[in-house]
Amino acid sequence: MTAPVAATGDAIGVDRVFREAYGQAVATLIRIFGDITLAEDAVQEAFVVASDRWPRSGIPPNPAGWIVTTARNRAIDDLRRSARGRQLHEELGAVVDPSREARIERREVEGPVKDDQLRLIFTCCHPALRTEHNVALTLRLLGGLSVDEVARSFLVSEPAMAKRLVRAKYKIKAAGIPYRVPEDADLPERLRSVLSVLYLIYNTGLEGPERASLRTEAIRLARALVELMPDEPEAAGLLALMLLSESRATARTSDGSLVLLRDQDRTRWNRTMIQEGHAIVRACIRRGRPGPFQLQAAIQAVHCSADSLEATDWAQIVALYDHLFSVMPTPVVALNRAIAAAEIEGPGAALTAIDAIAAELDNYHPMHAARGTMLRRLGRGDAARAAYERAASLAVTEADQQFLAHLLDALDEGGTES
Amino acid sequence: MGQYLLSTYAVEGQGAGAPSTPEDMKTFMERVVALEDEMEATGTFVFGGALYGPDAATVLRASDSGPVMTDGPFVEAKEHIAGFYIINADDLDAALVWARKVVDAISHPIEVRPFRATGRLRA
Repeated sequence: MTAPVAATGDAIGVDRVFREAYGQAVATLIRIFGDITLAEDAVQEAFVVASDRWPRSGIPPNPAGWIVTTARNRAIDDLRRSARGRQLHEELGAVVDPSREARIERREVEGPVKDDQLRLIFTCCHPALRTEHNVALTLRLLGGLSVDEVARSFLVSEPAMAKRLVRAKYKIKAAGIPYRVPEDADLPERLRSVLSVLYLIYNTGLEGPERASLRTEAIRLARALVELMPDEPEAAGLLALMLLSESRATARTSDGSLVLLRDQDRTRWNRTMIQEGHAIVRACIRRGRPGPFQLQAAIQAVHCSADSLEATDWAQIVALYDHLFSVMPTPVVALNRAIAAAEIEGPGAALTAIDAIAAELDNYHPMHAARGTMLRRLGRGDAARAAYERAASLAVTEADQQFLAHLLDALDEGGTES
Repeated sequence: MGQYLLSTYAVEGQGAGAPSTPEDMKTFMERVVALEDEMEATGTFVFGGALYGPDAATVLRASDSGPVMTDGPFVEAKEHIAGFYIINADDLDAALVWARKVVDAISHPIEVRPFRATGRLRA
């Protein structure tokens, strides 16, 4: 997989290790010290030491382990010296064990290190935190993005993002949001929250080329989640959905304008990602525990299997949308089903289906764009124009606006011809 | 172990959570009693109660000429606190489990808030 944006500092390797080890190191340090900010500071310090030492002495065999050990030792040194450390010492002193260090040592061997990252994922994505805070915490603590990087991805200023992170960490501490994997009874709901945060990060990465690194990060986190929770088919489904969507990333835009699936150059699709996505979808089908992400991945898998638009198995796609609607009855699913069904039943039936949900999706530009296309195909040029114009007035990204401008231009040309 | 306030709000002009028919009232009471029994048996229950409406409230303010009273609630709002529980819970997840049970019993939204400190101050 090639990441188009994140090509930094590979000469040294510190940056690459940073991305891969940051979340793991912070997660372990939070367990050891029970304090997020302390853990972040310690890991940052350890990376400063690494960036000074590694270029000269080489990257150690277990870089993540080296970072954790160095960060832990630094944090203990700092605790011994600082006023904050004394305060923390007093808090920890409330427990029977008189020695903080002994307590810290004991915590370190309490659980497998692998679980630390999982704990942190569930804390960052806790549904008692607002979604924008879930996203910010996940990217900062697990992804290791700088506050400035997170801020730029969400079009807010660095101080505003810093404030957001402080507020989120304050709530975790004050409200007593626990640092652990949820109990079985809560797991389905809590996992849904994690999956939707990761998917939101991925989709935000689709909103412009400058945000593409969010997609890479979302896929990396989804992959980590699947490794940590191999028995959760929905986590696998999310990873497959992201991979299959990502496989078409380079074909999705041309000269800065959106290119619809039907018009994409399929030779530009990434075969490696498609193969991996297909393999995951097949494994999900064998498990027989379908859910919304698995079904969305299965729909993408059918699209990616077709060498041409004509070769697409639309009946299969419509059947999958029906299944998806039965577990996730949202108007957006109904819209997508209608768009797929148009390939079999024609634009008239699709328009009827879209009109039935139009009021609910009045502020959703893809609905107006799809409606415009059905109207155009039915030869109702004026109504199509009105729908495209409404879509254009709602579209946010540059690529979407350009795409809709093209549609309106094409409508003009079609109009003069007839 | 922390303590949390679970509070429920009534909206002016809407029922305060208690059902209107005697039959519904009976099952409502049974649900609440069963919940409170469970809270007590698990050492969760600290205190709880239902409040009279804001019309019964009085606000006291200090002034140079002594305390001044005003009739009515501190904040003029359509929503006002109708009742609450104070519970013991290890962390937010544990408190949320109880909050969910309260929601199921009374069919009203519950606000969960952690106590920063509890008990009386001592020198």
